[in-house]
Amino acid sequence: MERLLEVKDLAVSFQTYYGEVEAVRGISFHVNKGETVAIVGESGCGKSVTANSIMQLLPMPPAFYKRGQILFEGEDIVKKSEKEMQRIRGNKISMIFQDPMTSLNPTMKVGKQIVEGLKKHQKLSSSQAEKKAIEMLELVAVPQPEKRIKQYPHEFSGGMRQRVMIALAMVSNPRLLIADEPTTALDVTVQAQILDLMKEIQEKLGTSIILITHDLGVVADMCDRVIVMYAGKILEEGTVDEIFENPKHPYTRKLLGSVPRLDMDRSETLFSIKGTPPDLYKPPKGCPFFDRCDKAMVICKDHMPGKASHSKSHYSSCWLNHPMAKKDAEGSEE
Amino acid sequence: MSKYFVRRLAMSVVTLWVIVTITFILMHSVPGNPFANENKNIPEVVYQNLLKKYGLDKPLSEQYLIYLKNIVRWDFGESMKSNTETVNEMIARGFPVSAQLGLQALLIALIIGPALGAIAALYQNRFPDYISMIVSIIGVSVPSFVMGTFLIQFVARNVDWLPIGGWGEWRHTILPSFALALMPLAQIARLMRSSMLEVLGQDYIKTAKSKGISRTAVILKHAVRNAILPVVSILGTTVSNLLVGSFVIEKIFGVPGLGMFFVNSIYNRDYTLIMGVTVFYAIILISMLFIVDIAYTLIDPRIRLTKEGR
Repeated sequence: MERLLEVKDLAVSFQTYYGEVEAVRGISFHVNKGETVAIVGESGCGKSVTANSIMQLLPMPPAFYKRGQILFEGEDIVKKSEKEMQRIRGNKISMIFQDPMTSLNPTMKVGKQIVEGLKKHQKLSSSQAEKKAIEMLELVAVPQPEKRIKQYPHEFSGGMRQRVMIALAMVSNPRLLIADEPTTALDVTVQAQILDLMKEIQEKLGTSIILITHDLGVVADMCDRVIVMYAGKILEEGTVDEIFENPKHPYTRKLLGSVPRLDMDRSETLFSIKGTPPDLYKPPKGCPFFDRCDKAMVICKDHMPGKASHSKSHYSSCWLNHPMAKKDAEGSEE
Repeated sequence: MSKYFVRRLAMSVVTLWVIVTITFILMHSVPGNPFANENKNIPEVVYQNLLKKYGLDKPLSEQYLIYLKNIVRWDFGESMKSNTETVNEMIARGFPVSAQLGLQALLIALIIGPALGAIAALYQNRFPDYISMIVSIIGVSVPSFVMGTFLIQFVARNVDWLPIGGWGEWRHTILPSFALALMPLAQIARLMRSSMLEVLGQDYIKTAKSKGISRTAVILKHAVRNAILPVVSILGTTVSNLLVGSFVIEKIFGVPGLGMFFVNSIYNRDYTLIMGVTVFYAIILISMLFIVDIAYTLIDPRIRLTKEGR
């Protein structure tokens, strides 16, 4: 399979008054053409920073690329100037944001917002642009698109606005779509509709998707591969089946264990991982999950484990993978 | 929408009536009358005749009714001090002067103020921000009479670029316009800065950036239009303040505007002129607020809808 995006040892930090916050600390992953890759993890683990740094959308300063490369179609995004990025953004890479209620400009007509970027990238006339806007709204199944393009965002419901956002992101037929928690702010029925819509459009246009989420249900539904992030590091990655059926890292197991299930007994308390993620002002030297891990060993505290391969696509970073680790620890039930 | 306008209009009339009544009561509750103080030399008969001529010998309630009737007919009567001009004529003479001065000041404030505020926000906590905030702190905290005096001293007296005062040529208008503009300019700049900072943090700005449009387009099409809303909402009072004239600035620069008439009319207890200028000022203020409300709906579509819904 052809690689569209390859992130190599990317580290992104924020310079603040109190010191440097290391939000992303050397991650490597790739996205193939037409593939959907999920990045999961709890709040503050660096998912969104990763997503935004692929588009150079982080405010710089305070943010800066500390090291690493983001190769998109073989070219390094980290080295691109703002002008060069403007030709990539909304053209080859697009993004959908979390909250559709605030992601659209309240004082601009929806149609204009959808084609604004395309108009610049492809130098369309106004009538061509309007036609394209209608076409896009049709694609995302917004009824009466001719009427709707002349309306303002406040005349749309939340789900409809997210459809507009998808239309806006897909209008230039980008190679890569980054969806930063696209369904978090929507209610469950609308979530399903939006996800179906994204899948449908992906099939039609062959776009690759990076889906940032903390909703594992969404991941199982949508994605080909999963990347599990924690405290700015990738702890495990694999195909959806590998991650859901054979999780290797204790963190992944606990994350999966925290998902509420319909068949759960009501009296049963929902499982949660105790403790909080480490402070990224002073990230731990060893495994970041050390404090919260019940399988932690002495070595975990000061030494970050290397990447171990379980299959061609399945990797995890945990000392339990080491041949010297106690065998009983592995595969034990949560 | 039209229902809303009609209601607004009715409210305006009521407001105007309240203003007229309060002014009338206040004016007459001050002891004396226009002829009482300096007329020791005037014979009693003449004094009585003067009172009679202007209707001041009638009971207050009757004077009030007569006055209301005259206002409805847009007749403010004769000035009690000037023998040659009616109040209408005085307003017609003073207002264009004040309005010209005010419009020029408004133009200055509206061009420089938002730009200054926007630049400050874009370069937050950097050099341009500090400069523009220093300018606006000076503008807000230095009273206009001090600023006017400074301008006269340094731009007119020391270097003789511009005339010290007076009225006639366009050169005369420059200094008072700037002196008058500084306060609203500073207020607008500060308001614009904070509103712009808020808008720049909004998600839709990020959406706009993610489309790959230029930084300038993001700022002008997405940020400024949303950030300018609070500025528009304070424009109503600013415009009417500027149009009707700043009493102090007109006095300092010897500008024969409405403000000067206002101050003099109060000194002289020129009842008809006080009332005339007050009503005129009130009408300008009310209609400006009205216009700003309409302008607001044009800029922010959300407001349009809520009003239609009512």
